Amino acid sequence: MIPEIGHYALVLALSVAALQAAVPMIGARMGADNLMMLAKPLARAQFLLIATSFITLIISFVLTDLTVSYVVANSNSTLPLFYRISAVWGAHEGSLLLWVLILSAWTFALTLFDKPLPLKLNADIIGILGIISFGFLLFTLFTSNPFDRVIPPPQSGRDLNPLLQDFGLIVHPPMLYMGYVGFAVPFAFAVAGLLNNQINSAWAKWVRPWTLIAWAFLGLGIALGSWWAYYELGWGGWWFWDPVENASFMPWLLGTALIHSIVVTQKKAIFKHWTVLLAIVTFGLSLVGTFLVRSGVLTSVHAFATDPARGVFILMFLAIVIGGALLVFTFYKPDAAQEPHGSVLSRESFLLTNSVLLSVATATVLLGTLYPLMIDALGLGKISVGAPYFNTVFIPLMAPLLILIGLGQRAFWTNDSFRRLSDAAKYPLLATMILALGTWGMIDDTSPIMALFGLVLALWVIFSTLAGQIRHYRSSKKLITPYLGQSISHIGFAITVIGITLVSSYGLEKHLRMSEGETTTFGGYKFRFAGASAISGPNYNGTEAIFLVHSENKFEARLAPQKRNYHSGGQTMTEAGISPGLTRDIYIALGEKINDTDWSVRLNIKPFVRLIWLGAILMAFGAITALGFGNATKTSHQSQKSNQTNTTTKISE
Amino acid sequence: MMHPLRKKRMQLICLGILGIGVALALILTAFEKNLMYFYSPSEIHAGDAPAKRPFRIGGMVVEGSVVRQAESLGVWFNLTDTANEQMVYFEGILPDLFREGQGIVAKGQMNESGLFIASEVLAKHDENYMPPEVAEALENVSHNSEVD
Repeated sequence: MIPEIGHYALVLALSVAALQAAVPMIGARMGADNLMMLAKPLARAQFLLIATSFITLIISFVLTDLTVSYVVANSNSTLPLFYRISAVWGAHEGSLLLWVLILSAWTFALTLFDKPLPLKLNADIIGILGIISFGFLLFTLFTSNPFDRVIPPPQSGRDLNPLLQDFGLIVHPPMLYMGYVGFAVPFAFAVAGLLNNQINSAWAKWVRPWTLIAWAFLGLGIALGSWWAYYELGWGGWWFWDPVENASFMPWLLGTALIHSIVVTQKKAIFKHWTVLLAIVTFGLSLVGTFLVRSGVLTSVHAFATDPARGVFILMFLAIVIGGALLVFTFYKPDAAQEPHGSVLSRESFLLTNSVLLSVATATVLLGTLYPLMIDALGLGKISVGAPYFNTVFIPLMAPLLILIGLGQRAFWTNDSFRRLSDAAKYPLLATMILALGTWGMIDDTSPIMALFGLVLALWVIFSTLAGQIRHYRSSKKLITPYLGQSISHIGFAITVIGITLVSSYGLEKHLRMSEGETTTFGGYKFRFAGASAISGPNYNGTEAIFLVHSENKFEARLAPQKRNYHSGGQTMTEAGISPGLTRDIYIALGEKINDTDWSVRLNIKPFVRLIWLGAILMAFGAITALGFGNATKTSHQSQKSNQTNTTTKISE
Repeated sequence: MMHPLRKKRMQLICLGILGIGVALALILTAFEKNLMYFYSPSEIHAGDAPAKRPFRIGGMVVEGSVVRQAESLGVWFNLTDTANEQMVYFEGILPDLFREGQGIVAKGQMNESGLFIASEVLAKHDENYMPPEVAEALENVSHNSEVD
């Protein structure tokens, strides 16, 4: 009965989505206010219906309703409660439902903050989101219905892939989807803005917070995925340039270009075409990502679907939505000729270069991801593009980006001079050189040149950002949140770069064979293999090994890596033993049991690996800071001031 | 004397072209170096596989072919596509799902004596999973034998 309620709610949601896609936009064309006003109730009704549907699916999982084939395939009654809930989005059908749920949640959120928007623009935005929702609901109901029944029900369910039985996976997909799907909002703003010929500073001001939130979520989602891969896959790697990782990374990269381009459109009413195009293509890449992960063209832990109909559907949907948007784009003519740009040396130019670099970086990732698929589709052989390709292409593109971040955020809008800019840059540059050389000399005489290179670039960004922040604070006498947020995000990026640099240059790895009781020295630490014993969990049993790690003069950690055999499915899983630390992680993973006393063992020392994720958190935190919630009181003061009832707060106009 | 606006546009365009040029050069060299083709044991047997370049090989691990070195982590095993076999050597930790009869893919290079030295062995986390390349290689073999 419960699954039928969910199924029925989903069908109703589809009909409401059809209305949401059609009525407000038709109203906007006819100038019928009453039709446009329907956007809000329709969007809210849709959210409620999809949420109902999602909750019923959760109930089916919690109760382990074995008449639902999706539950049978991904859960069983021995699975702990948390994992039964997260199993809802552990595979294809449920994660699609999560996709549409999050889309409707974003749309619902829009209806809460639609006050400043012109009625027509708002109607078109909600209508476009309705079209996207309609397409995905259609897809869910016809190719991937999570409520399909199995009659008669089997004795017990299979299991959630053990790799996915983990805290990281409870939160990773929702975060990632919040970002992925969130880029539907700037997309809808872009197309609606084109339709209404309303791409201007005000438009940029409205779309900016939504884009920042989506970008922050996507960044956090990617970081969570990286962290999960690090401790759960047992390889000690934090990024593999796996096509599925790239699928989420591309919209993030281009989204980064978008949030910068929006600022220029807001401040200077230029880059309009570019901003709109970025908004369209960023969401296009989100759809490409969905296609790559969901179509079965890729095989990985994320790719479950093998039904070609699904791939074809997403591809057609992608072509219609993005093709349609680009068609609207080609007909767009800004009403006034664009004002001429300022001098070549100006904030605008730096931001333009930022856009170019990030777009090229995105294109190289896209190429490396799609090329093997194209070659295969053309029957020209099976190839793979390895991580070295991405590293060789990516690092030379990121290096100038880091240099320009440091300069760009100090540059004036419209007009600046080399003399003034170099004056602003000299102290940060000096500090960078001193600190980088000092640190580098301290670490090791044989330090690789790449480590110095990465450190210099990252420190330069940090010092330049700090100098800019101090200067900004001095001149305005208060912390302006957009500026503060920008500084936090840039420092976060630099911290991630430091983490990547140090762990790639100084990380150590060793595979070896160890007997119980044996001690080995590696990377300045003594590892003692104290012993191994049998363990059993709720749905697995296995072996736990104990390692005692000492540095020269003190006890560092007791690590307990595990090897687990899951009952249903019979899969073997490696649980790494990790001693985390800000300056280093010690990481041990068990290989296999070679004989009664010997195991193959992987030892890793990962210096500063945590900075990679810490930086990612700062980047997201900066984006949220830049929304300026702290400025809410100021804004109310400002409006009061304009009513001439309060003049205590000075606002620079 | 060029109009300043036009001059500025020219500068920007040149910058753009330069950027794209550099990116293209990087991409092409990186591509050339890092593309890895896939060969089945039969293709290696026929001499199609490159001698001096890394590539990927895939097949089923032959039952009873896995031999371990006594003191280190070295391991030899044979891969088959049911028509031909190729011996592989790997030193390191094998993935959780490596076992006899399982379909796997390995990255590496041939040495002079015709042994495939693997730098990485991949087996996916699924009992019933067959790497698509391996599945296709097996299929090709069965097709060819039908024609013969």
